[in-house]
Amino acid sequence: MKYIDPHIHMVSRTTDDYQRMALAGCVAVTEPAFWAGFDRSSAQGFFDYFRQLTEYEPRRAAQAGIQHFTWLCINPKEADDPAFARDVIALIPEFLKCETVLGIGEIGLNKNTRNEQIILEEQIALAETHNQLVLVHTPHLEDKRKGTRLIMDALQASSIDPGRILIDHVEEHTVGEVLDRGFWAGMTLYPDTKMTPQRAADVIEMYGSERIWMNSAGDWGCSDPLAVPKAQQEMRRRGHTTQLIDQVTYSNPQKFLSQSPRFHVAET
Amino acid sequence: MKDVTETCPLNRGQVMAMYFLEHRARLLDVAAFLDRLDRSCGQESPDFREQALYSAIGLLSDGQPHRTARILALLSDCTDELPQSAEGMKGALGAVPLTEGDSE
Ligand SMILES: [Zn+2]
Repeated sequence: MKYIDPHIHMVSRTTDDYQRMALAGCVAVTEPAFWAGFDRSSAQGFFDYFRQLTEYEPRRAAQAGIQHFTWLCINPKEADDPAFARDVIALIPEFLKCETVLGIGEIGLNKNTRNEQIILEEQIALAETHNQLVLVHTPHLEDKRKGTRLIMDALQASSIDPGRILIDHVEEHTVGEVLDRGFWAGMTLYPDTKMTPQRAADVIEMYGSERIWMNSAGDWGCSDPLAVPKAQQEMRRRGHTTQLIDQVTYSNPQKFLSQSPRFHVAET
Repeated sequence: MKDVTETCPLNRGQVMAMYFLEHRARLLDVAAFLDRLDRSCGQESPDFREQALYSAIGLLSDGQPHRTARILALLSDCTDELPQSAEGMKGALGAVPLTEGDSE
């Protein structure tokens, strides 16, 4: 069954992951810019990373028959030094011209600091100026609910339509508020700190299938690039319809992402 | 919180048949973890994570819906302060001292 993994960090994954994902039905991925597991020492490090995301990774994905799109930003974990963050932000407008860039992301908060908040607001303004979609990272663990509310407040102070913003890494204590405020919600199927395929299926049952998607957020940590097809399997064994499963793993991401004229899944 | 009555397509017996053994095993893991804590060396008093865990376990058997959301709320930072910088801050620990938490 085909699916889109709308949040996965393929720069941290191997080529055989692409092959296994293709075998499992993956037709497209979107890759937000994120923290590499270490702090880059200069803005030049981000320049090279943005080239990797926009030039190299789409070619590597294409070899497995998967379309690759990307999002650009300085991630919240490296945004705590505003001067450094601004040097990186200055690089982004040029890269927004690349044909596989869908928007600004994953921006947000990590430790819920004022410095992170300042850079979040500046990146929201960047998205506003360039009419870009926004993909939002929310903090993990005990910081999530507070951070998610702060981020939503900052977004709603802008002129960006909430329907063009996806708030990712929602869990049971944040998903309702995210949807009620008009945003899209992303569920990250990540073994230790986020959500299992079973809980994701539970959330669909409790909060419905509108404006919601699932992703693996596969990266260099303990994560599973096949998490989305595993969630499909979980829904299938509970007796959910093929139509519902397709909606949350293919049609919904396609609908949200297609708000960017650059996103188009080739019909096979 | 949202009324979620009868939103799972399976009946109660089917849910039990499908998931009981998996969650029996997870419950035993939790029990073994608590036993391990009790058997650990040294005299340190329980830290806030242990207290949070026992409070969360209490929510499991209160018979009310939305246990997951309520446990996540119990483990959430409810303060309003924003530090200027993350400099010197520790990583997230997954719980907060209960005086700061609530069970919204
Ligand atoms: Zn990510």
